Formats: sequence, C-alpha cells, structure tokens
Amino acid sequence: MRRLLALLSAFFCVAPFLWLALTALRPPEELTRLGVPSRLSVSSFVSALRDQPLPRALLNGLLVSACTTVFAVAIGSLAAFSLARLRPPGRDAILAGALSVSMFPPIATVGPLYVLLRALGLLDHWAGLIIPYTTFSLPLAMFLLTRAFEDIPEELWRAARVDGCSPLQALWRVHLPLAAPAIATTALLVFIAAWNELLYALTFLSSPERRTVPVAIALFSSEHAEPWGEIAAASTIATLPLVVLALIFQKRIVTGLTAGAVKG
Amino acid sequence: MTTRRAAIGFVAPALLAMAVVAAYPIVAAVWLSLHREILVFRDHRFVGFANWSFLLRDGRFWAALGHTTYFVLVAVAVELVLGLAFAMLLHGRARGRGMLRAAVLVPWAVPTVVSAKLWAWLYDPNHGLITHLLGVREVNLLGTPVIALHAAIVVDVWKTTPFVALVLLAGLQSIPEDVYRAARVDGAAPFQTFRAITLPLLLPTVAVAATFRALDAVRVFDAIFVLTDGGPANTTETLSIYAYKTMLRLGDFGYGATLSVATFLVALVIAGLGISAQRRASR
Repeated sequence: MRRLLALLSAFFCVAPFLWLALTALRPPEELTRLGVPSRLSVSSFVSALRDQPLPRALLNGLLVSACTTVFAVAIGSLAAFSLARLRPPGRDAILAGALSVSMFPPIATVGPLYVLLRALGLLDHWAGLIIPYTTFSLPLAMFLLTRAFEDIPEELWRAARVDGCSPLQALWRVHLPLAAPAIATTALLVFIAAWNELLYALTFLSSPERRTVPVAIALFSSEHAEPWGEIAAASTIATLPLVVLALIFQKRIVTGLTAGAVKG
Repeated sequence: MTTRRAAIGFVAPALLAMAVVAAYPIVAAVWLSLHREILVFRDHRFVGFANWSFLLRDGRFWAALGHTTYFVLVAVAVELVLGLAFAMLLHGRARGRGMLRAAVLVPWAVPTVVSAKLWAWLYDPNHGLITHLLGVREVNLLGTPVIALHAAIVVDVWKTTPFVALVLLAGLQSIPEDVYRAARVDGAAPFQTFRAITLPLLLPTVAVAATFRALDAVRVFDAIFVLTDGGPANTTETLSIYAYKTMLRLGDFGYGATLSVATFLVALVIAGLGISAQRRASR
C-alpha cells in the first residue's frame, strides 16, 4: 500500500516533466496526437536551437548566474566569517536584517530599482541584473555559510591567530576549505535561483539579445503562434541540466533547503 | 588590521548591498507612492496621499488582493496536506522511498516559467493531455473565469509541494524515536500515534513551512504571467501582476509603487502571523 502510494507520488512529480520531454521528442506532424509517437525525432530541438534565440539565452543565463554565484559566495562568505568568528557589533541585528531582506516581495523593489538603474545608466546592462541578483542571494549565502563556519571548531581559528594569520588568511586557508560542502550547497542554490528568475530579468534587460532563459521561454509564444514542439524542446534544454544537478547533489540541496526550518 | 576593524570591514560589502539594493528601494517605493510619476513624460510631482485614497476606492486592487489571498490560502493548504503525505512516505521504511526522494526534486528544479509553460501545454484546448483526460476538449480552461485561477494553483502546488515535503521530512526526522517506541509499548494504533504524537511535535515545522510558502505565494508572478497574464477579464490578476502592469506597461510608477507597497504590507502581515504561529506551535 505504502509502496503504491510512493509510486503514485513519484509519478505525480515526474510525469508532467516527462510529458514535456516526450512532446519535445515527437515528430512535428504528431504533435497533436496524444498516443505513443511512431518514432522519436530531434527536429523540435534543432529548430528551437536554430530558429529561436535560445542558444543566446542559454549563454546569457550562464553568464548572469555564474557571476551572481561568484559574487554572492565571495561577499557572503566574508560577511559570514565576520558573523561567525569576529563578532561584529550588532551581529543579531545584521542577521535579522538579512532575514527580512529575504522576505521582500520582488515586486516591492522592482519599480524603484528600475528608476535607480535608469539613473545610473545600468538598464539593459549585465551589471544591472547581476547586482540585484547578488544582493538578494546574500541572505541565503550568509545564513548557510555562517552556520557552516560556526560548526568549524573554534580552536582552529584561535590556533590560526596564534600562528599569526590575519583574519583574511584564516578565512582563506582554514575556514573556506573546511566549509567546502556548504559553499557548494550555497553556490548551487544561488545559481539555480538566478537561472530561474523572471521578474527582474524581464524588467531590467530590454534588448532581445540579452534575454535570459526564463524570459526567452516566457516570451516564446508572442513571437509565433504557440510553437509547442519548440517550446517543449527549449524548456527541456533549459531544465535538464538543473534536474541532473539536483539529482547528483540531492543530499546537499535537501540540507540547504531545510536548514533553519527545524530548530535543532 | 585589528579584529574589530576586520569584523566591520568584512560585513560592510554585504550590508552596503542590502542597504542600497534592498532597503532603499522599499523606502523609495513609499516615497514614490506619494507622487505622480510617469517616467516617459518626465512627469514628477508630489500628490500626497492621492494614490493611497485612489487605492482604497480601486475595485481592481481589491479584486487582485482577493485573488492573491485566495491563491495563498488554497495553494498553501493543499501543499501542506500533500507535502505531509509525501513526507510520511519518505520517512517510512517503505520500498520505493529512494525513488520518491529523487522524484520530488524534479518539480523543485524545474524553473517556474517552464512549469507554467508545461501546464499550459497540458491545459491546451485542442491537444492538451488534461483537457483530453477530463473529456472537455475544445474548452479553454485558462480562458474560463474561476477555473483559470485554480489551474494556476495546480501549477504552484506541483512546483512547490516538494519543498514543503522536504521541510516536513526534516521535522519528522527530528522527532526522537523513543517517543514512538513508548507509544508502541502502550499499544497506540497508528492513527492515534499520528494524532497524539506526530502532529503536535511537527506543528512548529508545519508553521515554518507554511510561513515560507505563504511569503513565496503572495508574490506569485511567474506562473500567472505565463499562464494567463492576469486574464480572463482580470480574474487571475494578483497584486504582483497588477503592480507590474501599472509600472512597466502603463509607465505609472507612482500608483504602481503604491500597489507594490501594499503587496509589501501584505507580506509583512503574513510574516507577523507566521512568527506568532511558530511561537504558539512551539509552546
């Protein structure tokens, strides 16, 4: 009984995505059929990659998400190291502030940020997207990394100080290597969030050649009359790497997602 | 460099970014909401509370608030029930657990935009699998008032139930095994154990999951933008969609800011309710 329920639940989770992949693999003339396709075809993938600005969007997404990840991990680990080891004044207030930033609805900030980026001439520039993405990734990065640094024995930090390490050296040589798993978790979650974000990308980047993946997919239909084969193929291409990453780093992602939800 | 200077220096970049890119826009939005601000016309003047008094009389705002509230309540309730069921399946020793553990990460990893497109395809009036299975071919589910909002809720439930399940699973795993052993010794039936032990001990985690999800659902934008763009006849228009259209399609940043501050206030209320629920649950 439980096994059947588990099977049904797994089906509920996976089936819609498999249906999308199957749609992408159908020969174009069989798109309107629901049964088993007579053959599998890559023609939807070919036209999604050739006729649509998808390759461009994939590259854009990679650029924006990679930069966001690097900045968020760098700035976040500096801040987390300070919070965990150096006890800055107002430590609790800083953590509370970060927590409240993570609760801001993006719609509440998008208008004033648009006006601000416009005034700075950063609209339609990569920086205009990477800066907000980095900022709104910081609460998660600070939270996960502060926890990880606090779990490293305090004696190592004291020993490093005695040996004459500066705080920066202690972070770089001792804490970062020991917190490598938490850094990987943080990087994954930040990367995926940036890769998937729609509202800011839609608003701050106006030229079509700068579209990120979600924007390209969301606006697919406005350019043609719902080319479902291509939409399915593009969506599969945009999603498959994430699904693979999620499955490979299953444990890590689950830890990161649930950290802090249960008071331990 | 002294430790104290390093302490401040290391958090400074993060604090600066959050102050300029997160806190300042909220303050600026409040300020903008007191202005008439049409960027393209360079129209910028102080109008006091005119936007706010218009908001109170704006039927479209109240409708959007209603849709958003309904979306949050129904989606989060369904996600909690389904998520709890998933979590119990993942927690048990049933076979097929590893498979389910992997499967729940699939909807989580799918970008919201993709999951919306994917469901739009399933809802397609002519070739959609769901319209076919429901035997309502030729019916445009996403073009039918009342049904469209529920179709969007289904997308949200599919995409985010896994998150709820994983959080609740972590909660289940933190309940000590001894408690269950004691119940078994006392001869408690499984349902009694669930009601008397599991549920009360899990309540704090349920409150956390509900708060996280409600704060996320109240900002719902991507799914609606892709599925219906707020239609048909604005019956799926949520606060985020209305604010987005007002600011970025009409260019009215003054009233748009008013709408987005209102959304922020709703999120604040949810956060407050969530925190007090967590306090009560862990007592």
